Amino acid sequence: MLEIKRKYVIPGDVIIEGNYKPLMNVIRKENSIIATRIGIAESSKDGIKVIPLSGIYIPRINDIVIGKIIDNSSLSWEVDINSCFSAHLPAQDVFGRDFSPARDDMKKRFAPGDLVTTRIIAFDRTRDPMLTIQERDLGRISHGEFLKISSTRVPRLIGKRGSMIQTIEQATQTKILIGQNGILVVSGKNDEGISLAFKAIKMVEEEAHTSNLTQKVKDLLNVKDELQQVESENNSSGNNEAYINSHNENNSKTNDVENNNDTNNEITKTSSGDSS
Amino acid sequence: MNQTILVDENGKRTDGRSIDELREIKLTVGILKNANGSAFIEFGKNKIIVAVYGPREVHPKHMAQPDKCVLRCRYHMSPFSTDTRKNPAPSRREIEISKVMREALEPAVVLEDYPRAAIDIFVEVLQADGGSRCAGITAASVALADAGINMRDLVAACAAGKINDKIVLDINDVEDKEGSADMPVAYLPNLEKISLLQLDGVLTQSQFTECLEKAVQGCKMVYEIQRKALMEKYFGNDIPIDEETSEEVKE
Repeated sequence: MLEIKRKYVIPGDVIIEGNYKPLMNVIRKENSIIATRIGIAESSKDGIKVIPLSGIYIPRINDIVIGKIIDNSSLSWEVDINSCFSAHLPAQDVFGRDFSPARDDMKKRFAPGDLVTTRIIAFDRTRDPMLTIQERDLGRISHGEFLKISSTRVPRLIGKRGSMIQTIEQATQTKILIGQNGILVVSGKNDEGISLAFKAIKMVEEEAHTSNLTQKVKDLLNVKDELQQVESENNSSGNNEAYINSHNENNSKTNDVENNNDTNNEITKTSSGDSS
Repeated sequence: MNQTILVDENGKRTDGRSIDELREIKLTVGILKNANGSAFIEFGKNKIIVAVYGPREVHPKHMAQPDKCVLRCRYHMSPFSTDTRKNPAPSRREIEISKVMREALEPAVVLEDYPRAAIDIFVEVLQADGGSRCAGITAASVALADAGINMRDLVAACAAGKINDKIVLDINDVEDKEGSADMPVAYLPNLEKISLLQLDGVLTQSQFTECLEKAVQGCKMVYEIQRKALMEKYFGNDIPIDEETSEEVKE
């Protein structure tokens, strides 16, 4: 039940009148829902939200983020997660409950400058985000190339069920770690693959809201359609699970026009067939 | 006593505009690489560049508010912005305009969404020609939207004034110096509220009402330019989709 499809909004625009539930980046004013950011307004059965096109990363609980260790106190590490709040990783999370600053050396585990994949487990208005690495695929990143993109483009880069990022990984023979905060680490055997992956990622970042992006990226990577479909079914790298889990929440964000094949929208389907 | 003819018999002002005509406005969004949001406005001969940084951590830490974001605004005129060199140190006028600009933009920003953070707005006037605070507020509000900061509405600002006993819209430098009243107004178009109202001069009650109405009309015209600039930067040549149309036109 889509009352509105992809409406472009700027702050202050009335998205819709009526008794709808405001979800993300919208506020209610009397009987209407108003956008508070530049983006694409969408309605779903849960309510109305705006997918933003700009802005820094605001931490959310359960997001997987890649952070850089800045400093440590006696009980925790301070981590830069590319946001206006700096996060902290408690030493107890890493060493266990019986951690003692005298006995265990924090610097041996994580030193300032290290990149870590973590999950945000706590964040509210009164305190800075708290992180954990006690999960599969979390922890220090040992090698790779660092890249920063806008956090608003991450859902588009991941794609529906990880399709976009898998395309790039397979075509360039690289492994790409994505944090919801816009930090990426790309690792691979050869440098050409890595720089081609960088190019593809930059293209997605710049043209995230345009149509036919998947095709443009495939053209850049010289990938054939049928080949990609077969490989994505066989792909079972652990990396995918980590970001697919976090992407499931963002699924509706990637509901771009060309991915509308799944939604019941005939007219858009025909249009996407016509345009090149 | 020689009085400069500010409005002649044909209703044309010194720069050829009519009484209700705005100066030409050009607004470009997202021009600074380092800032989170930015805008460059040319409002007549005014050239003003605005950079927005935020939300970001507050330094010094004791200035952080536990429940909302701190908005800091700096209006500064470059030494080369006027015909005689302006001393770079902040003058009383610049401090006043910084304060007034902050108060004009605060109602529009949803400060509660960013507790313990700060948003810094830097307005640098590169060339001044009357009405720079209005141009600065207009550009700052667009830069805030560009930075992805939650806002209830954009803020559009425009000044009206009295010259030769006529109420006119958007006064430039000459008209400001020679005229008898100057009223800058900042307005939130969708919420229909005024967030800045200043008057420098003498007006009767009815002149005041007329001047205010004219300025609000001017603000609405400025808002259209803001909207166009943002749509162009973000949505390019895509035609915005209305609820009525069912088919989407692609590039």
